[in-house]
Formats: sequence, structure tokens, C-alpha cells
Amino acid sequence: MKHKLLGFSAACGVALCSSGAVAEGELHIYNWGNYTSPELIEKFEQEFDIAVTLDGYDSNETMLAKVQQGNTGYDIVVPGDYMIAIMIEQGLLEDIDANTMENFGNVDPKWVDVYWDPGREYSVPYQWGTTSFVVDSEVYSGDINTLGLIFDPPAELQGRINMLNDMNDVINAGLRYLGYPRCNSNEDELRELTALLLEAKTHWRTMDYSTIEKLTSGDVDLSQNWNGASMRARAQRPTLVYAYPKEGFTGWMDNVAVLKDAPNLENAKLFVNYIMDPENAALISNFARYANGIMGSEPFMDPEMTEAPEIVMPADAPAPDFVPPCDQSVVDFYNVIWTRLKQ
Amino acid sequence: MASTDQDISLSASETLAHARRVDAQRKTRARWILLSPALILIGLFGLMPLSITLVYSFLKPGSFGGVEWVFSLDAYIQFIAQRDIFDDTLSVNWSYLSIFSRSIGLSLGATIGALILGFPTAYFIASKPADQRNFWLFLITLPFWTNLLIRTYAMLLIIRDQGVINTGLMSLGITEAPIEILYTDTAVFIGLIYSYLPFMVLPLYASLEKLDLRLIEAAYDLYASRFRVLTNVILPLAKPGIVAGCILVFIPGLGAYITPELLGGGKKLMIGNLIAIQFGSSRNWPFGSAAALILMAVVMVALLLYVRHSAKEGHSHG
Repeated sequence: MKHKLLGFSAACGVALCSSGAVAEGELHIYNWGNYTSPELIEKFEQEFDIAVTLDGYDSNETMLAKVQQGNTGYDIVVPGDYMIAIMIEQGLLEDIDANTMENFGNVDPKWVDVYWDPGREYSVPYQWGTTSFVVDSEVYSGDINTLGLIFDPPAELQGRINMLNDMNDVINAGLRYLGYPRCNSNEDELRELTALLLEAKTHWRTMDYSTIEKLTSGDVDLSQNWNGASMRARAQRPTLVYAYPKEGFTGWMDNVAVLKDAPNLENAKLFVNYIMDPENAALISNFARYANGIMGSEPFMDPEMTEAPEIVMPADAPAPDFVPPCDQSVVDFYNVIWTRLKQ
Repeated sequence: MASTDQDISLSASETLAHARRVDAQRKTRARWILLSPALILIGLFGLMPLSITLVYSFLKPGSFGGVEWVFSLDAYIQFIAQRDIFDDTLSVNWSYLSIFSRSIGLSLGATIGALILGFPTAYFIASKPADQRNFWLFLITLPFWTNLLIRTYAMLLIIRDQGVINTGLMSLGITEAPIEILYTDTAVFIGLIYSYLPFMVLPLYASLEKLDLRLIEAAYDLYASRFRVLTNVILPLAKPGIVAGCILVFIPGLGAYITPELLGGGKKLMIGNLIAIQFGSSRNWPFGSAAALILMAVVMVALLLYVRHSAKEGHSHG
């Protein structure tokens, strides 16, 4: 009852916001903050006479917590890969038969049979990228394509390293360096990992999400980083180079999906189909600075994006590693390691 | 005759008593009505979230955030002891205890720092002519016009390697390489003092303003040294202000979130950050709730001890 009331008042709030424009319909999008192209929204609103409202979140977990409460009033969410898997399992997403939509043919086949939504029933690609690290080639001139720079740093990089303040990103990088599988619950291997992380941490200066700022201010010379953010940082510090470590690196994809209780289901489906149009997908990429997984969108993208070494992977780089959500028992292990690392 | 007189006086006193009763009832009702907005507010937004926290802390964590409605003491046990995931023995869990003790240490340090800086400041203001004091007080409250996040960020710009302090020191030739202040415990310590200094100055000022200067004169007349005047006259009289100031700095410092996150570089957790991650990537809401309640309990016990101590002291003095 309480939840229903809350949901109702939230929906009222959203409705009030959008009542300014007199439009045929409405669409409420809940996406990562600063991740939705305003140009795309404007174009969509005009083409279909639908008033769009936007709301932002800062982590998959925040979004999940809100959606779990029910009756959010949102139609569209943009969860990361593992979160799509969780939300499907929890029955939070509407089965929209995305693979039968008109524009689905534009989706690059390699993004169709993915572990988080095999065959693409529920979701379509929004943006995808990699999480590796970026290093200043002027400070360190040796081979950068190894995680050794993070876990056994050369003298010039010691104390000049920022890691993402993210349990999974740090632990997965450590597991790759040691050559152990992800979602690991082997106690011996985890003990070794803990020792590695504790030792490496003495050479790390910070553990923070604000990577661009840390790099451009000169606080650090190496930072674990996402490829799009690395590209933006390079614009201000041209000597930065994005590494494709031979031990592997994380790949991730954010996906557009429709919520189970979506009040504007038809409009939401329109939107899902709409962003699979190459021209529209390019609008998203030009804004958010990541690749989109829609074939034929390159001609519409900024030329600097289609050439950026952060976006275009070299042929000899290992394939990005998409890590599924780990079992609670593994998360419990990770929590202990993470807290010990940061105690 | 006599009996009628008695009757009349009896009924009169009855009427009076009745009137008094009605009046008292009306006053009580008025009091409750006037109090009700505050009570509703406290009940709705203070006690209710607190009850939810309390209930959640005794449940099991849901697999992807949230809770499972199964009673469990795990959250509290986890705090002190851990069934070691590596060798399955029950051992003292130093991780959380050390996070708590670091928070308490830093917050205590910041409180002492703020007291050392704040006391002379407050004394200075209190010793100004009455018509100038408001201006100085205004200056103390001025930082509150800017959001704490922005002030902390400004701090970051000042003390970083390429910040004002380091570039200044280096251009003057005092140091060769930048002094590493940012992303250390020192930075958090400085940040906490800076953020909460006004909370120290204002209650101190309130105490010092009421200070009877004639007592200080009397002390000097009795050949007290300046130091003894401070320790035996001024400090005891300013004690309520000192205590209030210390409480106002210590408690928010203990739960600080932004300052350790931004200035500490995120390498070490403070209580606030520990609680925050339980609701995010750690997916352990019960433990987050338990940690929040334990923090509250620590603060409450400290406050209660103080109240009892001061009540006893007040008694013996009175």
C-alpha cells in the first residue's frame, strides 16, 4: 500500500513535469546521468509528437533498487549487461520481442547472442565500451599493454596510479593478472589475490571514479579507466595512451529495455526501435562518446570517433571479457577482500 | 443557615475546581495541537526511517540488494567477528573495527583542532564591542552560503600537487617537489576542521559572550597568572560552550562522507563510506543498517555518559 502511494505520487510528479508540452503521448526514460543525447530526444519528440521526460541514476544498483520498489512511472531503463541478466531473472523487464522489430536487422550480429539476453528478447544495444587503463606515454615509455603496470608498477609510476573505486573492476583486473577465472571462489587463488592487491595498493595513490579530472590535473599518470573517458581525457592531455593489456580487460554494454509496469508501453517500443536506426545510434555515440553496436552508423559519427584508438581496437588485442553477475557466495568473498583492502 | 452557607461555598469551590480542570484540559489540548506538527514530522521522517533501519538490520540480505524477510543476527555478528571465508574459523574481524577507530580518531583529532582554532576566534569576537560582534559572526557563517561539496572541492584545488600552496612554496624556493597533502589522512583531517569549524565557534561564542569580565579582573587582583586565569576562570565558565562545540564537530565528523571521499582519495574507508557501499556494490543492506545503528549507538552512549557526568557535577557544585 505504502509503495503504491509512493509510486502514485512519483508518477504524479513526473506527469506534472511534462504537462507543459501538449503532446500525443508520453515517455519516461530512466538512464545514466549525462548519457542521453538531447538531440536524439528532441528529434524523437518531434517525429512522434511524444513528450519525453528524463531522469538519471549513477549506478546500476541505484536503478535496480528504485525499480524493485515498483510503480516508478518509468518506461525505459538502460542497465548494464549483468544488470539486464539480473532484471530478467527477477521479472522486472517486459518481453518486447526486440528481435522482431523493424530496425533489429541493423544490430551487429555479435551483439545478438549475448549472455545477458540470448537472442535479444528484452533489450537492444545502447552503447558499449571497455574498461582498461590509460597511461601517460611521456612518463612511462615502455610496453603499456600489460596489467603489470598496475600490479607491479615500474618506479616512475609508483604512487602515480588511480584505480576505479569499484570492487568488481579492481578484483577482476587482479584475477586477470594472476591468470585466474572471474567470479572466483577458489580460496587459495583468492588468498593470493588479496596479497597481490594489498601489495599493489601501496603504489596506488587514489581509488576514485573521477578519472578524467585525476588525469588532467596531473594528480596521477596512470588510471584504470573506461575507453570513452580515456578519449575525453586525451583531449586535454594528448600524451595519454589507452592500453589493451594482454592479460585481458573488461567489456561492457548498456542496453535499452522496457520495464514490466511501463505506463507507455507502445511509445517505449517505438523508442527502442528508433534507436536501432543507424543515424539515431550515431547521435547517441556522438554525445556519450562510446561505440553503439548498430551497423551502418559510422558515416553519421564524428570522424574523430571513428578513428580514436580508444574506440577502434587494434587487431591483435584480446577480445573484451564480459563478466556475468557473480553468485552471492562469490560477492561475499569479494566483500571481505575489498573491505580488507580498504580498511 | 449554616448548612446552606456551607453548601454554597462547597459548590463554589467545586465550580472553581471544575473550571480549573476545564482550563487545564484546554491548555493540554492546545499544547498537543501546537506540538503536533513537530511530532508528526519527527515521527514520520525521524522514527519511521529509523524503525525501517532497525528492522532491516535483523534480516538477511537479498541476493541483488534489498532484504530477505528471514530473521538473522548475521549483520551484527559480521561486524565484530567473522567466520573467516578462507579457513572457516571464527576470528575477530579487524576490518570494521579499524575503520571505526580510524573514523573516531580522525573525528576526535578534528574536534581538538577545531577547538584550538575556534577558541581564540570566539574569544576575539566576544571581546569586540557589542555593535561589531554581529559583523564578525556574519563572517563566521559566510562559508555556509556555499555548498559543502563545492567548498571541499575548492580545498582539493588548494592543496593538490599543482595547487596554490605547492606552487607557491615551490616558486618561493622553499620546497623542490610538491608536498603530498592531498589524498592522505592529513587532507581529510584538514578538510574536517575546515568544514566544521563554525560549529565550534558559534557555541563557544555564546558562552564567552556571557562571561563576566569582572571575574577575570578579580582573578588578576588575586595575583593569578594569565595562564591560571585561563585555566581556572575562563575555561570553566566557557565549559558548556566547549562541550556543545565539541559535540557539534565530533558527531558530524564521525559520519562524514564527502570529505574522506574527495580529499582522502577513496583508498581508505570511513564509517560513512562503509555504510554507503553496503547499499551499492556490496549488496548487503542489513549490514549497512547494522553499521548505521552501531554508529548511532556509539554516539548515544558517548552523549549519555556526558549528560550523566555533567548532571552529577552540576549537583555537587550546586
